[in-house]
Amino acid sequence: MKRYLPFIIVGVIALATLGSGAILYRAKRPQLLAIPENKMLSGKSDAESMHVRGNPDAPVTLEEFGDFQCPPCGSFAGFIDGLVKEYDPHLRVVFRNFPLKVHEHAREAALAAEAAGLQGHFWEMHDVLYREQMVWTKAPNVRELFDSYAATIGLNVDQFRKDLDGEKVKARVDSDQERGHSFGIEKTPTIFINNRSLGSSDRTPEGLRATIDAALKAKAATK
Amino acid sequence: MTVSRFRNILYTVAAIVSLAGLADATYLTVQALTGETLGCGGSPDCFRVLGSSYARVGGIPVALFGVLAYFSAFAFATFAAFGYARARLLLIPTIGAMFLATLWLLYVQAFLLHAYCRYCLFSAAITFLLAGLVIALPPERDASGA
Repeated sequence: MKRYLPFIIVGVIALATLGSGAILYRAKRPQLLAIPENKMLSGKSDAESMHVRGNPDAPVTLEEFGDFQCPPCGSFAGFIDGLVKEYDPHLRVVFRNFPLKVHEHAREAALAAEAAGLQGHFWEMHDVLYREQMVWTKAPNVRELFDSYAATIGLNVDQFRKDLDGEKVKARVDSDQERGHSFGIEKTPTIFINNRSLGSSDRTPEGLRATIDAALKAKAATK
Repeated sequence: MTVSRFRNILYTVAAIVSLAGLADATYLTVQALTGETLGCGGSPDCFRVLGSSYARVGGIPVALFGVLAYFSAFAFATFAAFGYARARLLLIPTIGAMFLATLWLLYVQAFLLHAYCRYCLFSAAITFLLAGLVIALPPERDASGA
């Protein structure tokens, strides 16, 4: 029996590795989401109801559902900013709030970004929140920090505080979240390029660029 | 404790340590195959590391080579612990190759990507530990005199 024992052990581990890998793969396999036609983003007419970075008339739209407390979203934000510059004026980025319940301060951060948006500084607050993510996520009182960020980016802090507790920003965050839920989104960041979510091979810098290039080509072909 | 018993303990420890590396590499392979490099267990730099061109060789995720390497190390260490001489001979070059590959991957993260993926660092730590265990193995000739 002892003679066969190493074969049995190695065989069991091989099967366990394959089995757990397959289970993990099935659990993590991305669902290809598509935005229904009635909820697709169109051109400039939508610009007032969403936060757009880049040329509002760009042929390619990257719609991101993000959570300010999610570390990969923070890392991804810098990359997306680079993409907007790289593809200017052919790419616009639309940010949607999708604060996850597991993140304690994510909803408050989304509200802070929207409150800054009411004073026309959404993207400045967006950038500060991601840049300072490691600081405010661990802070006992995030409100104080958000106030200081508001002051740093030149907001009227009293108005910012009022807006933060107002119905308008709550409605805005809820509307983004409902939009995400209606597409079946469960995690962040979830990215759509021209209303289609990314496939598994597209979730790399090269994959994203290839998807944007393909969307640009498709747009040019339909003109 | 006899030298041969000490060697067997080291082989057993190496097999157990390899299992930790195997689990890590399996997780990273699944991340690469599912395109979950955006999230990657909350590690902010995973996207930059696992999404980079260095994370694949000929379209195959580097992590998959890691799975094969750790599995080989585990199998050789297990057989060596049961007294298979050929497995002992194969274990050392396998871990040596893993050590060199780890040095390259650390160089890529530190100097080319300027980003570290915590799962890759864990894998590097496991490989260094395996290399240390192999170095700690008493020479073969001592076993006969034990």
